Formats: sequence, C-alpha cells, structure tokens
Amino acid sequence: MRQIYELAVGPLAWAAFAVFILGSAWRLYSMYQLAKKKDGPFLTYMSWKFSLRSIAHWLTPFGSLGWRENAGVTIATFIFHLCLIGLPILALGHVVLWDRYHGIAYWSLPEGVADIMTLAVMACCLYFAYRRLANATVRYVGSVQDFVVLTLAFAPFCTGFLAYHQIGPPLVMTTLHILSGELMLMAIPFTRLSHMIFGLFARAYVGSEFGGVRHVKDW
Amino acid sequence: MGIEARKIEDAGLRAGVSRLTPEKIQKAFKALMAGEGGARLATYVETCVRCGMCAPACHYFLSHDGDPSYSPVGKVRQTVWELIRKDGRVDPEDIYGMAQVAYTECNLCRRCMHYCPLGIDTAYIMTVVRRLCHKLGVTPQYIQDTAHSHSAVLNQMWVKDDEWIDSLQWQEEEAREEFPGLRIPLEKEGADFMYSVIAPEPKFRTQLIYQAAAIMNNAGLNWTMPATPGWDNSNLAMFSGDSEIMGRIERAHFETAQRLRVKRIVMGECGHAFRAVYDVANRWLGYKWHPVPVIHSVQFFWELLNEGKIKIAEKYPGPVTIQDPCNIARGRGLMGMLREVVGELCDGIVEMHPNREHNLCCCAGGGVINCGPPFKNVRLTGNKAKADQLAATGVKTVIAPCHNCHGGLHDIIHHYNLGMELKFLGDIIYKNMERPQA
Repeated sequence: MRQIYELAVGPLAWAAFAVFILGSAWRLYSMYQLAKKKDGPFLTYMSWKFSLRSIAHWLTPFGSLGWRENAGVTIATFIFHLCLIGLPILALGHVVLWDRYHGIAYWSLPEGVADIMTLAVMACCLYFAYRRLANATVRYVGSVQDFVVLTLAFAPFCTGFLAYHQIGPPLVMTTLHILSGELMLMAIPFTRLSHMIFGLFARAYVGSEFGGVRHVKDW
Repeated sequence: MGIEARKIEDAGLRAGVSRLTPEKIQKAFKALMAGEGGARLATYVETCVRCGMCAPACHYFLSHDGDPSYSPVGKVRQTVWELIRKDGRVDPEDIYGMAQVAYTECNLCRRCMHYCPLGIDTAYIMTVVRRLCHKLGVTPQYIQDTAHSHSAVLNQMWVKDDEWIDSLQWQEEEAREEFPGLRIPLEKEGADFMYSVIAPEPKFRTQLIYQAAAIMNNAGLNWTMPATPGWDNSNLAMFSGDSEIMGRIERAHFETAQRLRVKRIVMGECGHAFRAVYDVANRWLGYKWHPVPVIHSVQFFWELLNEGKIKIAEKYPGPVTIQDPCNIARGRGLMGMLREVVGELCDGIVEMHPNREHNLCCCAGGGVINCGPPFKNVRLTGNKAKADQLAATGVKTVIAPCHNCHGGLHDIIHHYNLGMELKFLGDIIYKNMERPQA
C-alpha cells in the first residue's frame, strides 16, 4: 500500500496534472483551430463586452430565465460547483501538500467549513443522481455515462471525507482519495467534464451574438 | 414517446427516404461533418451535461405536458446524438423521423438559449440536421416546393416576373382611388429606400402592399420597389437546409438594392425574412453586416412616427396585446420600438407573459408552417401554451408584426376558440393615420 501511495503522490500526480493542464490546453487549442477553420464567420462577432456581460449574468444565481425556472437545479449547481472548485484549491490537507512538496503556502479553509463543503458536494451529487432518475427529460436523454461522470466527481469528495475523518484504514482511504482525484483531473479534458473548459467560450459566443448582433439579453 | 410514435405521412419525406440506403446516409453525414461540421457543433454535443434545464423553455414541451421527447435536448438526442453514435449509419426510416423532428418540431426560435447554462444552440443543431436532410433529398413536400420556387423564379410563391409588376400596378390603381396622387415608384434609381416584401404579399395579401404604398405616399417618402426578381426578401431555402439557394436569393435581394442605388432597404412586416437578411444569408455570402443597410418595418414605422411624417388621427380602440415575434424581438431587440409604436397607435397595451425576448414562439416560424397542411395539427397541439398566454390577456386584439406569427396565431386562435383578431402595424397605421390628401 505504501508503494501505491508513493506512486499516487509522485509520478501519478505529475501525470494527472500534466494530462489535465496539457490536455485542456490542447483541447482548447484544437477547438479554436477548428473554429477558425469552420466557424470563422461566427468568431468574427466575438466581443469582450458582451461575452463578459453574459457570463456575469449566468454566474449569478437566478441571474437568468433558465436559472429562475429551474430553481432546484440552480441551487444545487451553484453550491456543487463552488465547493467542487473551492475545496481542492483551499482544503487544508492540500495546502499542506503544496507547502511540503513545493514550498507554496497560502490560506486554507477552516476545517469545519471544509467538512460542510464536502458534505455539500456529496449531497448535491446525490441530488443530481436522484434527478437523473426522477426527472422525465433527464431520464429521456440519460445514459450510463451520466452516472460514470457523476461517480468520477463524487469519489474524490467521498474518499476525502472518509480519509480526513479516519474512517476506514487511513492509508488506503487516502490513496483512494488521491487516485480518484487524479482520475477526475485526467477525465476533464476528455469527457463532458470539458464543459469546464468550453462552457465559458460557448457562453461568450452566445453572449456576443445576442448582445452584439441581436441587441438582446441572452439570460 | 418520441418521433416514432407520431410519424406523419408526407409525400416529400416519403419520396426522399425511398431513395436512401444506410450507406448513402453515412456517406452524406461524414461529408457534412468533414465539410461544414465545426467547433460549434462539436462543443455543443460534447459539453451538454444532460441537465434538462432547457425543457421548460420550449413551447412544444410545455404544450405536450412535459413530454421529454419535445424538449430541446430531447430533439437533439433523437437526431444528432443518434447520428454521431452510429457515425451516420442509420436507416432511411430513422432519417424520416429525424427530418420530422428537425423540420416540424422545432421553430428555431432560440428561446432555449435563455435556459441552457452552457449556451448550447439547439436551433443551430436543428439546422445542421435539416442541412443533412436537404442533402439527402428528404424534405417536407410543401417547404421543398417553396425552395424550388425560390430556385426557379427567385421568390417562394411561383410569382412570375410580369405577375409581380401586375400586382403592384393593380394595387397602385386601387390605391389611387383613395389617394389620387399615389404612385408605387418602380425602378426609381437613387431613392432613399427600396421596400421589399415576402412573396405571399403579392400572391394573397396584396392589401398589405396597398397599405404600405398609402403610408409611404402619405409620409411623402422618396421610395421605390424593384420591377425585377430580387423583390422577394423571404427565404424558405434558409429553412429547408438549401444554403446555396438561400445565398442566391439574398444576393439577388442585395444586388437589386445596389442596382437601384438606394440608401437602404426597408423590409415588410416579416420575421424570418429579416433573419435571413440580417444574420444568416448575408454571412453565407461573406458579409459581416450588410452591403446595403436594412431595417425592419417596426423600426421604420417608429422612425416615421417619431419624425412626425405620419400622424395618427384616432387611436385603435384598445387595449391590445403584443406578440413579440422571435426573429425581431429575441432576434433583433425591436421590442422597445414595437411598444412605443403600439403605444402611439392603440389605446392601451396588456402584456402577455412571458414577453419581449422571453416570449414564446408562435409555432409557425422556422419553416414549420411552410411544411404545410400535413403538419398543421403539430403546430396546434404544439402551442397550447401560446393559447393560454393569449387568453390570459383578456383582450380582443393581438398586434403581430410578422407574417408567420399571423399564420400561426390565426390557427391557434381559431382552434382554441379565443375570439381574438390579428393586426399588422401597417393595418392600423393605414386605417388610422391622418389623411391630408383624402
């Protein structure tokens, strides 16, 4: 187990970040090249002002018609994503690792807060899983992939919670946590988790079209 | 659930699929993806997280009691996802269903863009499906006929060159009984603007041309209409997936205005025509904007009223409600001007809800009404939500500055017994404007 742990915090960690960062960069680059080649007439309307305006409204809870008319999903989505992104960056355990391995130290979340945020992510995942079964539209367009992706997101937070609270053999749980986190990182550029990378640009394009060409709101 | 449970026999779709094989379909699909398929399609297909937030956006979904196969994502699942999953190797009968979804179960209204957090353009995805169906020769009979007409005579209604001129001169003659000095100036080079209309106007709504001429005349405007093809600003080829003919029509329209050296083009009260000219066909031709500036009638009337060139003698008895056409409200932001104009013309406005850029589509646009009688019921059952909106206003009159909205709302009003009447802005301005000459 010790060897697997060392693998997880050593070469696999490097690999995971490399795949995540370089993979995302490559996906962005190649999507942009494809856009230049095939969607040129639409790139020409991209506008910073209207892109940011649209993104600002959509990053605000209930800031758009879609958010307002899907209240449950809105609340869960905002909580989920805030915690999902906040925890890996600001959790004490992670900051300690950055400090220990690379000498980078910064502020971390109070542990009680991190605990609640972790539980929030897990609760939201359960809500999303429930919704995949209970909502007719989501069911109609759903597939196994939905649950695979949800599990990918759920696993690091569940194992992290267990590892932190020393539930189960600590080294095993910690190693599982690290491996599942690395798996999620590597999956981002190559599954629909890529909405993290592309979502902003798709929104920016719509904002530019609706704002700059159509002169209307897209929220 | 799904298109399989509600296929409608259409001669065009049937003839089209009878010529297909899975190999032909795959070949066409792959060529389309390699050719026109780009980053937008790739991004939209990849980043959809199947959240289902788009469902309550769509009037079809709402009107069919939440049947998920009518939701925007449900439409994409039945079409593009299926095609991509099978790399285009689907059965001809599958293409039949996909064509029916893309041509008749989506109005390309883009209301779902106010709902998708990732900005996925379902309307664009539907146009890609239509493009594939067009390339495969699978289009509904009625809309294909209009595309053929566009191709043969550059207008959608088989109006021959001389019939066009005859229609204008007939209306001019009629109008001169009311306004003795009235002219519809044909081929007047250097006029301030060229007025263009959709082909149904000379065909069966000629009184709109009469009314427009009366308004132009009354306002003392320096205008013209072309005597040549290029007069039709409508573009059903845009909706059938025939981008090439779409481009030809638009080129003729712009080049006619350029030939007449007018300062701008004023378009009649139509939604889809405006869309084609404003940001679809012009792009196909390589223009970022427009070689000749274009405005819609709503803006034109707003200018006339603001500049005092037209004065209203007596307001239309209100209150009225306003149908915000997708292509000029959500599609061009003219809802403010529209309300100012209606406020001048009518005695009070009762808004329907939702409205402005959030309004529900009339269910006739996007080429759906142009698919003809086989799909009329699709439009009626697909827009009970609009009937509810209209009924809730409690008024007797709907102002709808769009031909498709007229057709769509007319059918809905009759089917759901709403007892309301429809008006174009031109109808009211013509009737109620001050007439110094008369």
